[in-house]
Amino acid sequence: MLRFIARRILETIPVLFIIVTVTFFMIRFVPGGPFTAEKAVTPEILRNLEAHYGLDQPLWRQYLNYLGSLLHGDLGPSFKYPNRTVNEIIAETLPVSFELGAEALVVALLLGLTAGVLAAVKRNSWLDYAASGLAMTGICAPTFVVGPLLVLVFAIHFGWFNASGWFTPIDRVLPALTLGGYYAAYVARLTRGGMLEVLNQDYIRTARAKGASETRIIFRHALRGGLLPVVAFLGPGIADILTGSFVIETIFQIPGLGRQFVTSAFSRDYTLITGTVILYAVLIIAFNLLVDVVQVWLNPKLKFE
Amino acid sequence: MPTLSPKELPSADVTAGQLEQGHSLWSDAWHRLRKNKLAVCGGGLLIALALLCFLGPFFSQSYESQNLDLGAAPPSAQHWLGTDTLGRDLFARILFGGRISLMVGLVASLVALLIGVTYGAIAGYVGGKTDVVMMRIVDIMYALPFTIFVILLMVFLKDPMEKFDVWLARFPLLGDTRGMGKILLLFAAIGAVEWLTMARIVRGQILSVKKMEFIEAARALGYGPGRIIFRHMIPNILGPIIVYTTLTIPAVILLESFLSFLGLGVDAPMSSWGTLIQDGAEKMEEFPWLLIFPGGILSLTLFSLNFLGDGLRDALDVRASKD
Repeated sequence: MLRFIARRILETIPVLFIIVTVTFFMIRFVPGGPFTAEKAVTPEILRNLEAHYGLDQPLWRQYLNYLGSLLHGDLGPSFKYPNRTVNEIIAETLPVSFELGAEALVVALLLGLTAGVLAAVKRNSWLDYAASGLAMTGICAPTFVVGPLLVLVFAIHFGWFNASGWFTPIDRVLPALTLGGYYAAYVARLTRGGMLEVLNQDYIRTARAKGASETRIIFRHALRGGLLPVVAFLGPGIADILTGSFVIETIFQIPGLGRQFVTSAFSRDYTLITGTVILYAVLIIAFNLLVDVVQVWLNPKLKFE
Repeated sequence: MPTLSPKELPSADVTAGQLEQGHSLWSDAWHRLRKNKLAVCGGGLLIALALLCFLGPFFSQSYESQNLDLGAAPPSAQHWLGTDTLGRDLFARILFGGRISLMVGLVASLVALLIGVTYGAIAGYVGGKTDVVMMRIVDIMYALPFTIFVILLMVFLKDPMEKFDVWLARFPLLGDTRGMGKILLLFAAIGAVEWLTMARIVRGQILSVKKMEFIEAARALGYGPGRIIFRHMIPNILGPIIVYTTLTIPAVILLESFLSFLGLGVDAPMSSWGTLIQDGAEKMEEFPWLLIFPGGILSLTLFSLNFLGDGLRDALDVRASKD
């Protein structure tokens, strides 16, 4: 297993290198620099700014410098926020996004697993139809429709929550529900499918024949196998939750990395964009690796190749 | 082995007319699909919606003519779904937005289809080391934050695309080409992201037909790989390809709306469902219909596409899971 992990990490290095390179050059080959939008910048000031940030050097130099500092874990200074480094901005906003993502994941798993298991166990009952219908609705109603609707109903109409912001624990409820509810729908569908497949297997029949209680069969025997599709989904799913939070953070005005990324893309804050993209890539690759390891652990039929 | 009942046994006295009514895969699938009520409803709804979106704007009110005195008005006999803050008819704007959303959904899915089928077919057909390398690349790309790259592309190619629009405007024969650059960019950017799963599915299917006799026969006849892949193999794996394309369209429409919601899609005065929803979300406190109607239409479309896709999957008996 260690060899498997080591190999995967080694494989990641060229991938990350390509991502850094592509992002770096893509951003710089496009017209319009970070300072073009600033009003009334005299040529001297512009030159000073560019010299300050090393933008007056040849491109290959800038690239090598960037790679060099990247190796030290330094993502450079932000172009838009004077005297702030990208590391600082990320350190400030990433925990917010992480918290939102973790809460959404809890919502997704709690709702999704419960609904999926119930639907599979009570197959073809009204419970199954209700859960499956709700899941389909969840999949077809995008977060950027559900989020504003929840705000409209629960914040504006009933006044139970604040329409936006990220100050008190109660501010977490609507964003986590919006983001988590969407993935709960996927989790419910996958759990139901996985459980149905497992419940028909011989070893479940054996367990039943040996007189195990229904609860024990479901939780001890079936769930482990039934969860496999859910776990396989979680790798790309966590990546989706991370990017999905762009919209959520915009709707609810949450000071997280997602909203920061969208703003920085609009304002062409080169270093902040590259830094965020690299960070997201590392996170997504790491989560995928974790999911692969968990998958093998859950299903001994798979082997670390 | 189950025994055949006399009814099912082939009998000698069938008339020639009955013999001719064989069931092809497609007519079987069509029968099964027609029994699936949800899929039929979804399909019918989509056809109606597409007709409305593409023909409707010729009959309804203009999507960009403003009536500032009226402002945002709730639904009425004059404006069925109300008007937005500039007094523009929401129904007309939803229809026009539907044109763009559906067009992006279709064309970007076709782009994904083209790339995915070609890539997957080559990997599966050539096999060996090429296959391993090509599929490893797909695996790696799966793990990349692609939404982020699409966002970057949309942001940074904005100016070049606006220049392209200006250039395009010199050809009056093409008609109204405003915003065309952005739309083409959407096609390309989304298509370039969504082909991965298609490539995997096609490769798997190609591998399974590769060893069959009719392919060997085609090879023995001296046909080249291009002809064998596209004339002999692809027609035999059309089922999964169609099913997966149907399921790609809602994903693409969703991604387009997502981008438009973030302000990266088509520009005003054009509208797509995403931009309408974004506009509605800003003003929902006073004018909730601006959010509810576009959001409802988008969800309804995604619903229909998903049900149709699921129905097709059952009808064509495709066991390919989404990944």
